[in-house]
Amino acid sequence: MKVLVTGIAGKIGRVVALRLRAGGHDVIGIDRRGWPNAPPEIELHQLDIRKRAAEDVFRTGRPDAVVHMATVTHLTARSADRDRINLHGTRAVWEHCHLYGVERAVFVGRHTYYGADHDAPLYHREDDPPMAMTSFPELADLVAADLYAGSALWRMASIDTAVLRICYTLGPSRTGTLAQFLRGPRVPTLLGFDPLFQFLHEADAADAIVLALERGLRGVYNVAGPEPVPLSLLIQLCGRTQFPIPEPLFRLLLGRFGLPRLPPGALKHVKYPVVIDASAFRAATGYQHERDADSTAREFRDAPEGLVD
Amino acid sequence: MALLIAPEVEARVRHLEIPFDRHGIDRFGISQRALARFFTVLGWFYRRYFDVTVSGIEQVPMRGRAMLVGNHSGGVALDGAMVLASLFFDMDPPRLGQGMAEKFLNRVPFASTWTNRLGQLTGLPEHATALLESERLLMVFPEGARGTAKLYGDRNSLVEFGTGFVRLALRTRTPIIPFAFLGGGEAIPTVVNLVKLGHVFGMPYIPVTPWLVAIPRPVRLEIYYDAPILLEGTGNEEDEVILGHVDRIKHRIGALIEAGASIRRGRGEAVR
Repeated sequence: MKVLVTGIAGKIGRVVALRLRAGGHDVIGIDRRGWPNAPPEIELHQLDIRKRAAEDVFRTGRPDAVVHMATVTHLTARSADRDRINLHGTRAVWEHCHLYGVERAVFVGRHTYYGADHDAPLYHREDDPPMAMTSFPELADLVAADLYAGSALWRMASIDTAVLRICYTLGPSRTGTLAQFLRGPRVPTLLGFDPLFQFLHEADAADAIVLALERGLRGVYNVAGPEPVPLSLLIQLCGRTQFPIPEPLFRLLLGRFGLPRLPPGALKHVKYPVVIDASAFRAATGYQHERDADSTAREFRDAPEGLVD
Repeated sequence: MALLIAPEVEARVRHLEIPFDRHGIDRFGISQRALARFFTVLGWFYRRYFDVTVSGIEQVPMRGRAMLVGNHSGGVALDGAMVLASLFFDMDPPRLGQGMAEKFLNRVPFASTWTNRLGQLTGLPEHATALLESERLLMVFPEGARGTAKLYGDRNSLVEFGTGFVRLALRTRTPIIPFAFLGGGEAIPTVVNLVKLGHVFGMPYIPVTPWLVAIPRPVRLEIYYDAPILLEGTGNEEDEVILGHVDRIKHRIGALIEAGASIRRGRGEAVR
């Protein structure tokens, strides 16, 4: 197959591209960021998916399948630009897929879709509604992009669309939402709260994406690996120190004393768990993760700073 | 020995049928260490502070899914705690009862962590279903918060039952073990419930006793377990059918309470 990967320069995008190459597929990549030292057989286009030039890549390259990963994850980046990339970029990609006869498309989404709250259940299934739109507006555009991609299942029924809601990823690249939160030596937590955190090794996440594509998966699926662990244990496994802060002081202290910055809505994601039931994906694809929670955290802990450029 | 953990309690925790990982955590976040600490403290109350009599514990299945359904007695979760203690200390091997915690608890610092580490998940139908499908022992009080709010004079009565537990038992083909808890009203005789003040603190109400705070007196407590009931059906029946099942179970619990209360009266403990 000829596969177009948007957001190819990201940590998981690169692994997905290499896995696809190893599987004998031709790979085209689009990203605003560069990928120095990329394998020469991967055709790279450094441009924005919303621009005309991206459509040209679809028209001239004629990919059979698309993996759409060009969504902005960094929860600190709150801007009009971010909304446009996540929602308008997703829309552009599916319209191009429809117009240029792409057969399979995978949307790589996030489990934070479901949101965190005190009365939200553990083990969300795919039909659970997104809960935290009002309390966490920074997530709204990702939720909208997820639902938009899902609606392609009936609007553009000729494309086999798979929407993957993947739990947090962690690993040696030290990038991503969870890695940023765990980056410093002291990790802030809310005093008296210790939610379960569900995470997957970034290479296992890449395997799940490739598997979904190769199987021509259709529908909306949660993707997770090892069982979730309490945040306190995760911090310990990553060799960090837990820094419990009473809730009234939490916002005041973030971004100071070496603690990470978080948008206000992210508070609930430190207070309450977002845990998904990924049994449907396993049943549909036979997916099995390779690395357990301990070794994933260890790889994150032991990786040299700035492994990826 | 770790702080506040008795070795024999730690050994019993290891014999629980729950699949713990190498860190002693299960997939719902239950922690072996938290359980050992909790039951060490609870064991003292169960064996020393209160005088607890348990009958019919053999009615509780040794393994597999089951639902304990009983009455609320006492303004705070004394009833639930003592039922958990009886399942843990009087069954061999021990079992962990998993209650459905009031939603407000998950918003309260430490209460949130402790209820979760002890397997007392937030009271949601999704949690009840997931636990039964994982072959756990669910503890249900169909009276809900209406039941814990009973005043002293109503301590041996039953208020309205919810119906969700019957549909859940039918859907998941779970046997129901009725139980009665007696003595909670004597331990914590609630004179009045402060509803408005409770809401200020995010709680449904605050119970007030003659000595103001809800510290239980060291009284005699009784737990009666009855034979399991396996209901036949799909859980999608009409309300009348479901209400019939609910009434039958409520009646069984009422009969257990009445039998227990007459024994207590015979001993002259329940002064009316």
